[in-house]
Amino acid sequence: MTKLTELTIAQAREALKKKEFSAVELTKAYIDEMNDKRKYNAYVFETPEKALTQAQKSDEKYANGTDGVLEGIPLGIKDLYCTKDIRATACSHILDGFEPQYESTVTSKLLNAGACFLGKLNMDEFAMGGSNETSYYGPAVNPWSKDVPLVAGGSSGGSAAAVAANMCAAATGTDTGGSIRQPSAFCGITGIKPTYGRCSRYGIIAFASSLDQAGPMCKDVRDCAIMLNVMSGYDAKDSTSAKVEVPNFEAFLNQDIKGLKIGIPAEYRPDGLNTEISALWDKGIEMLKARGAEIVNISLPHTKYALPTYYIIAPAEASSNLARYDGLRYGLRVNGEHLDNMYINSRTEGFGKEVKRRIMIGTYVLSAGYYDAYYLKAQKVRRLIRQDFINAFEKCDIILTPTSPVTAFPIGDKSMQENPINMWLNDVFTVSVNLAGLPAMSLPMGLSHDGLPLGLQLIGKAFDEGTIFKTASALEQDAAFRKGMK
Amino acid sequence: MTGLIIEGKTASWEVICGLEIHCQIISKSKMFSGASTHYGSDANENVSFVDAGMPGMLPTLNERCVYQAVKTGLGLNAKINKYSEFARKNYFYADLPQGYQISQFKYPIVGEGHVTVDLSDGTTKDIGIERLHIEQDAGKSIHDMAPDKSFIDLNRAGVGLMEIVTKPDFRSPEEAGAFLRKLRSIVRYLGTCDGNMDEGSMRCDVNVSVRKVGEEGYRTRCEMKNVNSVKFVMQAIENEAKRHVEVYESGGNIEQETRQFDPSTGLTKVMRKKEFAHDYRYFPEPDLLPLVLDDDYIAKVKADMVELPDAKRARFVKELGLTAYDASVICENKETADFFEKAAQGHDAKKVANWLMGDFFAMLNEKKVELKDSPVSAENLGKLVELITSNVINGKTAKDVFAIMAETGGDPEKIVEEKGLKQVTDMGAIEAIVDEVIASAPDNVAAYKAGKNNLLGWFVGQVMKKTQGKANPAIVNKMIAEKLN
Repeated sequence: MTKLTELTIAQAREALKKKEFSAVELTKAYIDEMNDKRKYNAYVFETPEKALTQAQKSDEKYANGTDGVLEGIPLGIKDLYCTKDIRATACSHILDGFEPQYESTVTSKLLNAGACFLGKLNMDEFAMGGSNETSYYGPAVNPWSKDVPLVAGGSSGGSAAAVAANMCAAATGTDTGGSIRQPSAFCGITGIKPTYGRCSRYGIIAFASSLDQAGPMCKDVRDCAIMLNVMSGYDAKDSTSAKVEVPNFEAFLNQDIKGLKIGIPAEYRPDGLNTEISALWDKGIEMLKARGAEIVNISLPHTKYALPTYYIIAPAEASSNLARYDGLRYGLRVNGEHLDNMYINSRTEGFGKEVKRRIMIGTYVLSAGYYDAYYLKAQKVRRLIRQDFINAFEKCDIILTPTSPVTAFPIGDKSMQENPINMWLNDVFTVSVNLAGLPAMSLPMGLSHDGLPLGLQLIGKAFDEGTIFKTASALEQDAAFRKGMK
Repeated sequence: MTGLIIEGKTASWEVICGLEIHCQIISKSKMFSGASTHYGSDANENVSFVDAGMPGMLPTLNERCVYQAVKTGLGLNAKINKYSEFARKNYFYADLPQGYQISQFKYPIVGEGHVTVDLSDGTTKDIGIERLHIEQDAGKSIHDMAPDKSFIDLNRAGVGLMEIVTKPDFRSPEEAGAFLRKLRSIVRYLGTCDGNMDEGSMRCDVNVSVRKVGEEGYRTRCEMKNVNSVKFVMQAIENEAKRHVEVYESGGNIEQETRQFDPSTGLTKVMRKKEFAHDYRYFPEPDLLPLVLDDDYIAKVKADMVELPDAKRARFVKELGLTAYDASVICENKETADFFEKAAQGHDAKKVANWLMGDFFAMLNEKKVELKDSPVSAENLGKLVELITSNVINGKTAKDVFAIMAETGGDPEKIVEEKGLKQVTDMGAIEAIVDEVIASAPDNVAAYKAGKNNLLGWFVGQVMKKTQGKANPAIVNKMIAEKLN
C-alpha cells in the first residue's frame, strides 16, 4: 500500500471520505515524515499540536457530513503568510518572535475549507532570493540531493522541499519573480502562480506589492486546481484583488487540447541554453503536437529587458514596503542612543545581505534625480512587456517555455555568492510573467542526466488559468513524471 | 490695493506668499482603515492593524474621504480630476508606522480653482488654488512625559487630510488672513473639516519671499511649518518678509530652507537647510488602484452642495436688504447665518440683523455661551423684533424684554403680556399726559418758545416717565412739538 503521505490531496480526500483512515492518522503520518526529514530544513516552525487538534475536528466533520473541500488535509504554509497566533517572520531576523493577531485571507480560506497547518515553511528572507539561501534559518535542502546538498530553489524553497519530500500534502507559496515556479521545477513538483489579483494579498508580508501573488505548490496538477479554487477570490481587504469569477479549475483537467494554439517564444531559446532543457522543451512541444495542438512561433521582443526592469521595480517597492521594520512596534529591536541610531542598529542587525542590497537599490532608483532614469523608465518597459504578451496572445492560446535555465545547484555556489547577478539570471524565464501580471505554472517534465528534475512553464492569458490546467493535465499524463519518481 | 510694500533703504519690496493648508477630513473612520477618528479617545485606542503598520496589512480607501475632498474641491471652484493616483511619500519617523505616508503626488484629486476674498478697503481678490490632494495623517510623538522616553499615540495615524495648496498670490498678511478665514468658513459650511486651527484640525505651512516692486519672477522662498492660528500666519508673513528685505539690503542672500515660527516672539528660526531636505522618494502606491471618478459621481456630490458663504451673502443683500458688511459678518459662520435666517423669517430682516449683531452677540459674549446653546432662540428673537416693528413695544422696552429672555429663555410675547409692557398708543391718553406736563412747566414752555429747542427732549422724557416708558416715543415727540409750536 502507498504511504499515506504519498497520496495527493484528491486521493487522500477520497480515502478520508470513505473512512479508510482518519484525518488524525493522516496528520500523524505527516508529522512523522517531518520528524524524519529535518535535514531538509523545510520547516522553520512546526505546529504539530495545532495540526492534530484541527485534524480531530476534521474527523468530526467527516462523521457528521459537514466536511469542507480540504477537510483534514495537512498543509505547510510559507512563512510569508500571517497566521493568527503562529509565528510569522518571513524568515528574517528582524521579525523575531512576531506572532500576528490576524490571519491572512488565503490561509483563512484554507482553514475554512478544513485544512490543517503543520507549520511554517522556510523561504528566502522576505522572499528575496532564488535559492532559499538568504533565509535567516539557513537554506532548505533539495530532497533530490545526492552527495552534495543542493538548493531547493527560492524563494519558496521550504514549500517545494516539503511537498517533494512528502512532508505536507501541499503547500502555499508566493511568487514575485518566479518564487513558486523555480523551486517547483528544482524539486520536481507542480506550482502555479495565478493571475495578479486572483488571490488576496491581505496578510501576506509584502515584498513587491505590484508583483506578489499567492499560489499553491502541489504534488500534481489536480491538487493545484483544488488548492487554487480555495485560495482564490475577490477580497475587499485587498484593493488590487480582482472582482472576477473563479471558475472550477478541476473541470478543465483532461479536456481535449486539439486545435489549441501553443505559442513558442523565440526569445526564450537564447544561444547557449542548456541542451537538456532545450531538448525537454522540444519534447513538450511534441507531446502537445501529438494531441492535436497547433504550435505557433511567437515573439516577445522585450524579453531581454525583463530582468533589469524587474530588478528595478521589485527593489523599489521593497525598499518602501520594508520601511515598517524599524524595531519600534514588533520584532527585533536593537537600542541606540537616539531614534535614528535605533533604526540603524535594528535594521543593520535584522536584515540580511540580500535584503539590504535590494533596499539600497530600491532607495537609489526612487531618489530625486534618478527616478526618471530608472523607476519611470522601468515602468514604461513594463508596459511594453505586458503589450508583448497581449500581442502574442492574439496568435496563440497559451505559451510554453522552460521554467528555469538551470537545474538545482549546490548550496553555497561560489559564482552566485560572489556575484549576485549570476543568481538573478536564473529568473530570466519567470520574471516577465510577474511584470505582465499573468498566470503561469511550472510542472515537472523529466530528469537531467544527473537525475535532477526539469520543469516546463505554461503561461496563460490573464484570468485564464483554465487553459493552463487543461494543457498541464495533458503534459502531465504524457510525461508521467510522478510515476518515474523513486 | 491691500498689498504690503516694505520700504527698504535701497528699494521698495513687495511681499509674495503662498499657503499650504492641511485640513483634517470629517469622517467617521480613517482614510485607509476602519478605525475611528474620534478625537479625545485614550492614547492608541483607535488603532487598527493597518494604522500600526503591521506586516501584510493593506490600505483600503474610505469612500467618504473621497466624497469630502470632491465636495471641498467644488467649494473651491476647482477642477475635479476624474483620474487621480495615490503615491507613497517615504520617510522614517516614530509616529509614521508604515515608514511612508500615503498621499497623492503627480495626480491629485482636485486641480486648479480659486477663492474670492474680501479685503478691508472694500475690494475683493481672487486667490488661485493650485491643487487639493488627499493623504493620511501621521500619529503624534509626545516628548515631554518622561526625560528619557518618547511616547507615541497612533490615534491620529491614518486620519484623512486634504492638503490645499494656493498659488503664490498673497501680497500681504491681510490677504492671507482673509483667505484663511474664508477657507475655514467654506469647509465648515461644507462639513468637510471643522477648521479648528488651535486643535490642529487645520494646519498651515507658509511660504514667503520678497521682490523689488516691478521685478519679474520670484526670489527664493522660505517655508514655515505648522503655523497654527490666523494671527500667527499673518505675523509670520510680515516678520519673515522683513527678514528677507534686511538680508537682501545688507548684501546677503536668502537660502531655501524650512523655518519654524515661534509664537512667543513672532519670529522664525531655521529648522532645516535645503541640503538636509528629505528626499521623499515618491512613487505610485502599488497597494491601491488609481482613483477614477465618473460624471455621475461628481454630479451626485454637486447635488449635495450647500449654499456657500458668498452666495448666501449676496442673497441676504439682495433679498433681505442687509448691508454688505452685515451680511458678511453673519455669513462667515454657517450656524450664525442659519440662526439669522430662522429669526428673520417673516420679520424685518434688517432689524433682526441689528439685534443679532448688537445685543444678541453681546449677550453670548457676556454669558460665554456658544450660539447653539443660546438661551434666546431664533424664533423668539424674531418675535421680539416683530413686537417692535408692530409698535407693541418700543425700543427701550425691547431691551428690557431681551434681558429677561436672556435670563429665562422666555417668549417675548408672553413676557410683554405678563409684565404689562405694551406701549400706550391711545392718542387720547397720551394727549392728556402731554397736556398735563406742559401745564405743569410754564417756565420751560416759555424757554422753549424763546428758542431753547433742546428742551423738547425734556418734555418727552417727562411724558415717558409718567407712562412708565410705555408711550410710543415717536408719537409723544410729534405731539409735544405740535403743541408747543
